[in-house]
Amino acid sequence: MTDILTQTALSEVRTVDPDHLAGAPLVLAQKVEKQFGTLKVLKGIDLAIPKGEVLCIIGPSGSGKSTFLRCINQLERIDGGALWVSGERVGYHREGNKLYELDDAAIARQRRSIGMVFQRFNLFPHLTALQNIIEGPVQVLGEPAREATARALALLERVGLADKRDAYPSQLSGGQQQRVAIARSLAMRPELLLFDEPTSALDPELVSEVLKVMRDLAETGMTMICVTHELGFARDVGHRVAFMDQGQIVELGDPRSVLVDPKETRTKAFINAVRH
Amino acid sequence: MIAESDNLIIVPRRHFGRIIGAAVVCLALAAIVRAFAVGQIEWNYVAEFLTVQAIMTGLVNTIVMAILAMLLGIALGVVFAVMRLSANPVLSMTAVGYIWFFRAVPALLQLLLWFNLALVFPTIGIPGLFSFKTVEVMTPFVAALLGLGIQQGAFTAEVVRAGLLSVDNGQYEAAQTLGMTRLKLLRRIIMPQAMRVIVPPIGNEFIGMVKLTSLASVIQFAEILHSAQNIYYANSRVIELLIVAAIWYLVVVTVLSLIQGRIEAYYARGVAAPAQR
Ligand SMILES: Nc1ncnc2c1ncn2[C@@H]1O[C@H](COP(=O)(O)OP(=O)(O)OP(=O)(O)O)[C@@H](O)[C@H]1O
Ligand SMILES: [Mg+2]
Repeated sequence: MTDILTQTALSEVRTVDPDHLAGAPLVLAQKVEKQFGTLKVLKGIDLAIPKGEVLCIIGPSGSGKSTFLRCINQLERIDGGALWVSGERVGYHREGNKLYELDDAAIARQRRSIGMVFQRFNLFPHLTALQNIIEGPVQVLGEPAREATARALALLERVGLADKRDAYPSQLSGGQQQRVAIARSLAMRPELLLFDEPTSALDPELVSEVLKVMRDLAETGMTMICVTHELGFARDVGHRVAFMDQGQIVELGDPRSVLVDPKETRTKAFINAVRH
Repeated sequence: MIAESDNLIIVPRRHFGRIIGAAVVCLALAAIVRAFAVGQIEWNYVAEFLTVQAIMTGLVNTIVMAILAMLLGIALGVVFAVMRLSANPVLSMTAVGYIWFFRAVPALLQLLLWFNLALVFPTIGIPGLFSFKTVEVMTPFVAALLGLGIQQGAFTAEVVRAGLLSVDNGQYEAAQTLGMTRLKLLRRIIMPQAMRVIVPPIGNEFIGMVKLTSLASVIQFAEILHSAQNIYYANSRVIELLIVAAIWYLVVVTVLSLIQGRIEAYYARGVAAPAQR
């Protein structure tokens, strides 16, 4: 399945107008560019991610992995190219051949269906684990508190923290905080989950508990983009792996071909460096 | 050498400096108490006037004015702090100008300006719709409220801004990622965390405000000092009535300090919570 995707999805969708495309990939990036001042951080990213895919992005520090994720949920604004999520153009509204910048409320609405898990967890420290999880559903989706609480408890169960519902983030270990953060994202019923190095701020013995939650999630068919240094996870869970370097996707393919038998010299060098 | 330490006796160090210091302080306190006891103060007058009607009214006015002026100050402070952090230069420069002006001009002078506004604008209103005579609108109460509240807003804005800046950027991003709009994000996520930094200085400012209301006595606002003065103009018990006013300020500020402690504990939740992993 993944082979067909890598070879055809991109070229196929590009021939059609993505603003009016039925059955489009969940995420579509076309020549996405981003720069900070004079520093070009993304130099034309092309990518199509179908629903249900787990894409792992690897690459050296500063290659633009985080920036790409942040562009998808509009924590950064792209300077060139275009992005679509769920068939909707990210950040703009199109009428005829004009693109209107979205206002605060519309951007907020677009972000609802995209969950993000951060390297540094970013739980709300003044709220308990349970309150962290129901904050979005109640405040943003307008869900009744009782319903949201019931769902939150089920989510806490799912990430193995049912007994921590009333703990504040400061009372949780890093791994536990990250699992609460994942539950918080899931509570919004996202169509897409973005992970930005979710385990790299964790002590080694806590990494596996977070990876397990992510693994389970992948099995449910959640569409996920994971920036990670855990090559083992990328190989076992990823449907495809992208290697990024200097603002470009250098190599993209199924995990084995990219991680075990890379074609590009830059990929080879990176994987050797990480392995040893 | 080491074995020797087994049967040695430890003689605690003597803190001669501290002992002498404590003795001096005790002597000074005793002297002060004695001075007030034998001084020309008729303590029975103090007791008598402590709860008279005029003083009670003054006390209520002081408390009401402090609360209202502080609320106005906090409301303005939040608005101008958010404006100051805005990307729009007109908004942020307006906030800078407001803070600059109202922090620089003494509160007493501002009170006098507001009270005498009629000299500048004999009438106020929207031309063609309505208008009032300024003298009638600008009562001592209104002038005191505006003067104290607006200058307080300038100080509070800086406190609130420091609070907002103290919240980690990741908190903004996490809240945005949940799909919160800017207002909701400030209200639900940022402000509650900023409060931990904001409350202690605001508590201080509130206590300052209670005392600052005494300035309003110069524009005939009947707060407690003004009431005390009115009484001593009549009966010449100057010191006794000043002591009455001082006692009430002590009471109000003490109560406020207790409340402040409670509020601080509330906003410290999640941070000062006992660790139990
Ligand atoms: N807000 C910003 N302002 C200026 N430069 C930035 C900003 N954010 C990122 N950069 C720069 O953009 C480049 C790419 O950063 P990015 O965080 O996307 O890299 P990354 O691939 O996620 O790296 P890492 O593996 O270290 O997280 C870096 O050179 C970084 O210094
Ligand atoms: Mg990064």
